[in-house]
Amino acid sequence: MSPSPPARHREKAQVLDEAALDRALTRIAHEILEKNDGAKDLAFVGLRTRGVTLAQRLSAKIARIDGTTLPVGTLDITLYRDDLDLRGAPVIRGTDIPFSIKNKTVVLVDDVLFTGRTIRAALDALIDLGRPRMIQLATLIDRGHRELPIRPDFIGKNLPTSKKETVAVRLREHDGEDRVVIEEPEGA
Amino acid sequence: MTWTRKDLLTMRALDASEITLLVDTAGSLQEIAGREIKKVPALRGKTVVNLFYENSTRTRTSFEIAGKWLSADVINFSASGSSASKGESLIDTARNIEAMSPDVVVVRHSSAGASELLARTLKCSIVNAGDGCHEHPTQALLDLLTIREKKGHFEGLQVAIVGDIAHSRVARSNIHAMRKLGMTVTVAGPPTLIPPFVGELGVKVSHRLEDAIRDVDVIMMLRLQQERMTGGLIPSLREYSRYWGLTLDKLAKHARPDVLIMHPGPVNRGVELSPEVADGPYSVILEQVAKGVAVRMGVLVLLAGSKAAAQA
Repeated sequence: MSPSPPARHREKAQVLDEAALDRALTRIAHEILEKNDGAKDLAFVGLRTRGVTLAQRLSAKIARIDGTTLPVGTLDITLYRDDLDLRGAPVIRGTDIPFSIKNKTVVLVDDVLFTGRTIRAALDALIDLGRPRMIQLATLIDRGHRELPIRPDFIGKNLPTSKKETVAVRLREHDGEDRVVIEEPEGA
Repeated sequence: MTWTRKDLLTMRALDASEITLLVDTAGSLQEIAGREIKKVPALRGKTVVNLFYENSTRTRTSFEIAGKWLSADVINFSASGSSASKGESLIDTARNIEAMSPDVVVVRHSSAGASELLARTLKCSIVNAGDGCHEHPTQALLDLLTIREKKGHFEGLQVAIVGDIAHSRVARSNIHAMRKLGMTVTVAGPPTLIPPFVGELGVKVSHRLEDAIRDVDVIMMLRLQQERMTGGLIPSLREYSRYWGLTLDKLAKHARPDVLIMHPGPVNRGVELSPEVADGPYSVILEQVAKGVAVRMGVLVLLAGSKAAAQA
């Protein structure tokens, strides 16, 4: 879940176009199968909102490669944030994981990995729902600036950024296009 | 749409988008009740005080469970067995409680406007859990959540609210909310239990149960609030039950086959509802109670998490 932009932003550079984004996801799908010796006992859990869409795409790719359709759950980590007070009234859209994660290898999917605080919250939220055998982390963009000891297992692209920039992952289902761009605040 | 108010006092003050936000938030929180570990850390370190000057089982327990599932510390304070019974005023009691730094105070009181008075006096968030014959917003919210899950939408639904309208804060909160959401409301009851100017709230009035329940999507039966009656409003319980009690027979003859039967509880079995109706297939009374916890979690999260509360 990328932090909501504080002010108007202008696009600074394009990081991935549609084809590059798709290739990155195809590679991640292969890496997931390679690391786990196939698709047995795997499940995806995406972080609202774009992590869920990415998880669905990864699941579709694995279905094409391996013939196995992996379940995709939705995780809303709002209730687990450590900064509820700082962000104003929370918007809660709900968690929906219609399968047991017990003894599964859960691949957590998010669009942008930044401070790691969202993933910390997601790990707590997930473990409250059951005891997975293992949790792995996939992210389309790793932009650095970690504030917690969290490291992804699968990365679409490493992208060094400055803290005042934001990374916007735009997906067809939400934004009408497949593209990743760096934005900076207007007037910066 | 985000929540910006410090308090939740009435449905009358809210607009349709705020009501929808509260219902949506509650809807998303329902899954917590189905978890093995029913606890999320959202309100860790927050304190919720239940300040109840009137008897309550459902509402107080519901707020208590809601607070605990959100990891808040919940303190119950009831008027009997406290300094209120030694003559301390509401404001003095509330100021003393505030000195202990709660984040949310949930208040039920027999006087209309009690929660509003506290909201003006105290810096923490106030939730109205029923003030006299005035409003009971969280009950209306759980009714709305139940209706939306069963009917799929609000706009255009027809609702009959039947019984003791005059003493019912549940009716008032529901009327305000339902009108804003585009529902048609008919209130029905004996003339002595219908407030004189209720038509000004935009509702139809009926004095026959059979007419009121015809073609409606939802029938909300109210409890006869004998504790608030000064006497002489109804001839006898038996007569009330005969004319205003909902039975299977009256349902079969006059109501739609897919009607929802709701009741805010506690039910006086055999008075406003026959046991067969209360336990029957159209009844969603226990679902209303289950949804009450989700609604109160939603209210606590939005109030305790809002900037308005943090900066006040």
